[in-house]
Amino acid sequence: MSTSAPSLTPEQLEAFGQELDAIRASVVADLGERDAEYINTVIRAQRALEVAGRGLLFVGFLPPAWIGGVAALSLSKILDNMEIGHNVMHGQYDFMKDPRLDGKTFEWDTACPAEQWRHSHNYMHHTHTNVVGKDRDIGYGILRMSEDEPWRPYYLGNPLYATLLAVLFQYGVAVHDLETERIAAGELTLSDKRGMLEDIWRKVRGQTLKDYVLFPLLSGPSFPFVLAGNATANLTRNLWAFTIIFCGHFPEGTHEFTEEEAANETRGEWYYRQLLGSANLTGGKLFHILAGNLSFQIEHHLFPDLPAHRYAEISEQINELRKRYGIPYNTGPLTKQFGSVVRKIVKLALPPLPGRGGGSGAEEPASAPETQPKELPTAA
Amino acid sequence: MYSVHTCTLTDQEPRTLPTTTSPRGLGRRILRSNLLEALAYPHGVDRYVELVRPLLVKGEVRAEVTAARRQTAKSVTLTLRPNENWRGLRAGQFVGLSVEIDGVRETRPYSPAGSEHEDTLELTVSTHPEGKVSRYLRDHARPGMLVGLTGPEGEFVLPEEPPERVLLISGGSGVTPVMAMLRTLVAEGYAGEIGFLNYARSPELALYGAELDRLAGARGSLRVARGFTRARRHSLTGRFCREHLRAVISEHADAATFVCGPPALIDAVGAVWAQDGLPGPAVETFTPPPMRFDTGGAEGTVSFAASGREAANSGLPLLEQAEDAGLTPDHGCRMGICNTCTCRKRAGTVRNVITGEVSSAGDEQIRICVSVALGDVALDL
Repeated sequence: MSTSAPSLTPEQLEAFGQELDAIRASVVADLGERDAEYINTVIRAQRALEVAGRGLLFVGFLPPAWIGGVAALSLSKILDNMEIGHNVMHGQYDFMKDPRLDGKTFEWDTACPAEQWRHSHNYMHHTHTNVVGKDRDIGYGILRMSEDEPWRPYYLGNPLYATLLAVLFQYGVAVHDLETERIAAGELTLSDKRGMLEDIWRKVRGQTLKDYVLFPLLSGPSFPFVLAGNATANLTRNLWAFTIIFCGHFPEGTHEFTEEEAANETRGEWYYRQLLGSANLTGGKLFHILAGNLSFQIEHHLFPDLPAHRYAEISEQINELRKRYGIPYNTGPLTKQFGSVVRKIVKLALPPLPGRGGGSGAEEPASAPETQPKELPTAA
Repeated sequence: MYSVHTCTLTDQEPRTLPTTTSPRGLGRRILRSNLLEALAYPHGVDRYVELVRPLLVKGEVRAEVTAARRQTAKSVTLTLRPNENWRGLRAGQFVGLSVEIDGVRETRPYSPAGSEHEDTLELTVSTHPEGKVSRYLRDHARPGMLVGLTGPEGEFVLPEEPPERVLLISGGSGVTPVMAMLRTLVAEGYAGEIGFLNYARSPELALYGAELDRLAGARGSLRVARGFTRARRHSLTGRFCREHLRAVISEHADAATFVCGPPALIDAVGAVWAQDGLPGPAVETFTPPPMRFDTGGAEGTVSFAASGREAANSGLPLLEQAEDAGLTPDHGCRMGICNTCTCRKRAGTVRNVITGEVSSAGDEQIRICVSVALGDVALDL
């Protein structure tokens, strides 16, 4: 797929931004009963799956019950974290003025304290999307996911670190805001992060107590089955969330930006960076729901606070709009996009090929348009 | 609802704590156990229970509508049975009533009209042409509907010690809190003298008229006079004046007086009291007095510390300035009543545009819908 970014004049970017603002405004004006009904339905489904899953695991010594229980509890945790937790915490349902769905106070069924997520994700990642050195979602401080990141021998372990991150994803997310790589580098000390650590400990303790102590103990003789079932459900959710999230910004063709490029952006330029820095996944309706509609990562990054089930509806408008401006739109099925992410993880484990520019990587980093538009490179 | 003057009565504790004995005491104890709470972490037991039995939640007051009748074409009278989290109220206080309209939870203040000794609440909601909640309730309220309740709030209440005589004056929908007082006094077998002046636009729009006439007929110590401002005369002619007092009370100077109605009625009563050199009666009006603020002389900067935004002070209420800056603070009534918009002020001086009260205490909670900045102000938004 050719993903060369076009040169847009400041006037074009201004108009592009205004058209996107208009799409957003039309959705905001239409928010209401349908969106409330949607999220309430998803919540009812999640609660029902959770109760069913935990109930089945109580008789988990019967293999079909164990498998069914794990499946239901995995789906419950996936819905809870992605279509409910992630989206509610973006403030997508704040318009309902329902304290239970208040983006500022919502908590979710995972190790990461919601309060820290709101900072590391809603603010850091969504504001500085794909800006190397600012967006800590690029590699989570442990992986080399950009050619702009100078290679070190440590990165030979890239595939191993990625696998560990996927398996332990909820804990990786939980410590994301601690900036552990800066602690390791001696820039920060653990005592700088004491309050944060206490919050993480409190949340992890609550999650652990529930999944690995209380429910197993309550099940009596089913103890090992419930323990293993809960661990498997958490693992399934970890792998799924990792897969979807890594497909959002790392497939080949997504662009990265330097801090200089992202400085003093106009609204139109910010939209343009979000569009170039994100990638979508194609699939059916159920797939999108289980992906928390992050399969519409582009639409989500343009409008993080619109209810996520609206992304599918506006994606046609976005597609039509970006075509008129000649802007690439990175999308594909999960296998293709994730395959591309895996290739990148492996490729960036190795040092850059000699003769093609040392630490700055084999290819020029993509960049946002500047006042003097320039041709952006093609990544195939 | 808005208290113009603070009533001098202090003790607002409910006199009655309705104790609901539950037939499912054990079940409830289990629902409220720490173990179940740990199992439902982090969402909490209520978020599961409410999907099956919405009234069984422990963290919120919710109520079921058990009756909805239309006394007049422009009102609906609801009977509410609150869940066991309700702790009662005092006659004259108001509650926040929440309903979901087109996916959005809307909350409005209403003064229950029933005796404070009842287990149920009676709300008479008068519809306004622009009133989203009142029109919704008129059209959709029916038995079985669930609503949310907050409060009670308000200092417009009867004195703790029964006074020798009580004078109640109401205009239009303002009848509800004084009706609650009358019904409470009747239920308590109050032996003193009660006078009740009740104004409405027309007989068709008069609320509780028949009940007032019936109560007056049954009790020698209660005198009721009713008047219509836009229809033929009833027992009173025209709008409130000194002469009307003589129809219902032997002596108004020492009567514990409660007035609720439109600002014109409040002002008319206040004028008579002022002429007589009496301290103002306890008053309540559902229409707030106009906000007094000046956008011309505004100076300083309003900073929204939590979002890192700031703007030059425009002189408008801080809620509007926050919205102009692209923020979406929680808010409800936009007239200083419902407390939804309350937020922390980190620094600076503000003036309440309704009371005129100036507050320069640095760190405090303020209602941003009725507060304007005097110079630099920093808000936790």
